[in-house]
Amino acid sequence: MTGTSLITARERALAVLGGEPDDATLRRYLHGIPGVDAVGLEQRAAGLGTRSIKTASKAWALDRIISLIDLTTLEGADTPGKVRSLAAKALNPDPADATTPRVAAVCVYGDMVPSAVDALGAAHGDPDDGLISVAAVATAFPSGRASLEIKLADTAEAVAAGADEIDMVIDRGAFLAGRYGLVFDQIAAVKEACRRADGTSASLKVILETGELVTYDNVRRASWLSILAGGDFIKTSTGKVPSAATLPVTLLMLEVVRDWHLATGQRIGVKPAGGIRTSKDAIKYLVTVAETVGEEWLVPHLFRFGASSLLNDVLLQRQKLATSHYSGPDYVTID
Amino acid sequence: MNFLEYAPAPESTAILNLREQYGLFIDGEFVDGRGEPFQTISPATEARIASISNANGADVSDAVAAARRAYDRTWSRMSGRDRGKYLFRIARLVQERARELAVAESLDNGKPIKESRDVDVPLVAAWFFYYAGWADKLDHAGLGANPRALGVAAQVIPWNFPLLMLAWKIAPALAAGNTVVLKPAETTPLTALIFADILQQADLPPGVVNIVTGAGDTGAALVAHEGVDKVAFTGSTAVGRAIAKQIAGTEKKVTLELGGKAANIVFDDAPIDQAIEGIVNGIFFNQGHVCCAGSRLLVQESIHDEVVDRLKARLSTLRLGDPLDKNTDIGAINSREQLDRIRELSDIGVAEGAERWSAPCEIPENGFWYAPTIFTGVQTSSRIARDEIFGPVLSVLTFRTPAEAVAKANNTPYGLSAGIWTDKGSRILAVADQLRAGVIWANTFNRFDPASPFGGYKESGYGREGGRHGLAAYLAPATGVDRAAAAAPKAKSATKGSKR
Repeated sequence: MTGTSLITARERALAVLGGEPDDATLRRYLHGIPGVDAVGLEQRAAGLGTRSIKTASKAWALDRIISLIDLTTLEGADTPGKVRSLAAKALNPDPADATTPRVAAVCVYGDMVPSAVDALGAAHGDPDDGLISVAAVATAFPSGRASLEIKLADTAEAVAAGADEIDMVIDRGAFLAGRYGLVFDQIAAVKEACRRADGTSASLKVILETGELVTYDNVRRASWLSILAGGDFIKTSTGKVPSAATLPVTLLMLEVVRDWHLATGQRIGVKPAGGIRTSKDAIKYLVTVAETVGEEWLVPHLFRFGASSLLNDVLLQRQKLATSHYSGPDYVTID
Repeated sequence: MNFLEYAPAPESTAILNLREQYGLFIDGEFVDGRGEPFQTISPATEARIASISNANGADVSDAVAAARRAYDRTWSRMSGRDRGKYLFRIARLVQERARELAVAESLDNGKPIKESRDVDVPLVAAWFFYYAGWADKLDHAGLGANPRALGVAAQVIPWNFPLLMLAWKIAPALAAGNTVVLKPAETTPLTALIFADILQQADLPPGVVNIVTGAGDTGAALVAHEGVDKVAFTGSTAVGRAIAKQIAGTEKKVTLELGGKAANIVFDDAPIDQAIEGIVNGIFFNQGHVCCAGSRLLVQESIHDEVVDRLKARLSTLRLGDPLDKNTDIGAINSREQLDRIRELSDIGVAEGAERWSAPCEIPENGFWYAPTIFTGVQTSSRIARDEIFGPVLSVLTFRTPAEAVAKANNTPYGLSAGIWTDKGSRILAVADQLRAGVIWANTFNRFDPASPFGGYKESGYGREGGRHGLAAYLAPATGVDRAAAAAPKAKSATKGSKR
């Protein structure tokens, strides 16, 4: 998984913006994007949420959800043992059913990357090839309140340890203060820090922390800003603030990704994270992706779920489809 | 597999307990009509649903007589509070039987189950709840103290929202103390007859609501009947005009809810993704069988191409098919007659030089269907920009300035509704102020609420339905006699007060 190279991203940004990505130019551009009507957006998301996905479609959806999960543990109490357990679950989500697909990635703190790489062993690799990536949160996750040097060191260390994907946070304070140039430069610098010695690059997911941006207009601007600065993915949330991924916010980000694709031909990924716990909810996201950007987006390098408890609910639903009765929490493993 | 080809998710019809044949609902009972019965069919399959009685002139007279008796003996003497109790009871029964009503509506009308389930039936319940609350508060309806009911109301409703239009008519009439004879549309009588069953369940006094089924001649006999005090009609402008002529010179009060050719105005600063949704909802909701549909899209010339491209992309995702499938967005056209009219006007559009584009959807073999269609390059002089098509056909026109938008929007014999899309609040207010339309939506479209009055200017009719204004259509100010009668109990209560 190599992201677009920094040079191309910057050149593209200059072409789209028509100038250097400083505060004034970015402000002119981002504030020129059409606004978002909150009522209309939420109404559309609710409408997509009423799709009824049954039988064969449901079976396909459940398997696809599993293969799009970034199985996540982001606790202060994480240990190498906990990460090994998570990796084992990622490799073999349902020990009773070998046909169960693997998840896309395990997502851990930077210092746990070596443990995750170890635990995955030969299965570590590109999820598009049926392997499992290691994603690391970086840049002083979750607050992002640290100097750029520390953020870059955080990123470089995770990449050096074998992380394939970096989940960075934007500086929400700078964004809300209108310092779009600063946010742009930081994302671009982190993108540069994702480069490996051999010239390849870890994929960069940019976390907007939509719960702290509050308005849909802000989310739309932050999405454009992150993509312009070179993000490979835009991600809703850290999962560490009360308001995490919602369907309207994800729909809005998908609309940005669709418009960017129309404008440049480049495909950007979207990752809703935090708060998606049930199969029923996750299916609504699949529907929203398919009906907004097209179902070709439902692949690991273009769409992910950041979740921990979602996997077990999907496994229970999967067992129910196979046996036509519900089992219980003791029939799926804890990780 | 192709995920977007969602597996079928049909709503089961097992919940329906349909009869082989339905009679007229007169004086609290189902009775056979004296006319030749007719069949109601599902427009999605053309399969027969049930045999429906046909009311002739004598049946209509029976119904009006029953309504008069109920008015004189029961309903006009009942307190507002007690009338309200019946209306609350009806509202709750509609909620309890919501699924059954939604399935019946989609079956008989052809509209998608997601609309009958999420829009029509919940609004029906809301309408009864809303007017139930008014029944004992008529002093505050704006006509002074102790307004009086009009008497027997003759109500004729269309086929596009069969049960919802019934609720719009019956709820305020009963709350105000009138009794009712209602004629549902010929192609969609089913839910009105299930509603009659609900009235029996609610133990509504016999004759307060009577339902006579039949075609245009039944409606004409009802409207012309001399025992009727009030006529309320929703339907085409041609029929509305005939009704206005027919009752001219009589004592009958009348409200008419007729056609429309609404402008949906999209300014270049509109929230574009939501505007696209609003355009789609404005014209393709209920297959465009909506009198207030946003059938003329007025888009600022600078964003015309972008809007049309986005619109086409969005329309390509709409799912046309089985109305009972929970994932269906576009259902069946209600009748062959209506389908023919849509086709005829569309062909005229092409002949006049407009460019036709239809969403690529597979049309089922049986039934009546029309793919969502947009016409670009439409001029204000085109028939498709002037005539109400009443189908899933959108005419796209452009404008350059707000003044031009307003002028074009108002340049129609109709004036039922309009839409404005812009991020600028002051522009919404300024433009809304100049539009000659009864309902104006800003950054939304086709939203209904029982508290909001609805009605038209010019050839879209007169009178208002919904809200306090809708109540006034079924009331008259107290006469001297009423006031004298009302004064007596008031004097009593004053005496009581002085004792305290």
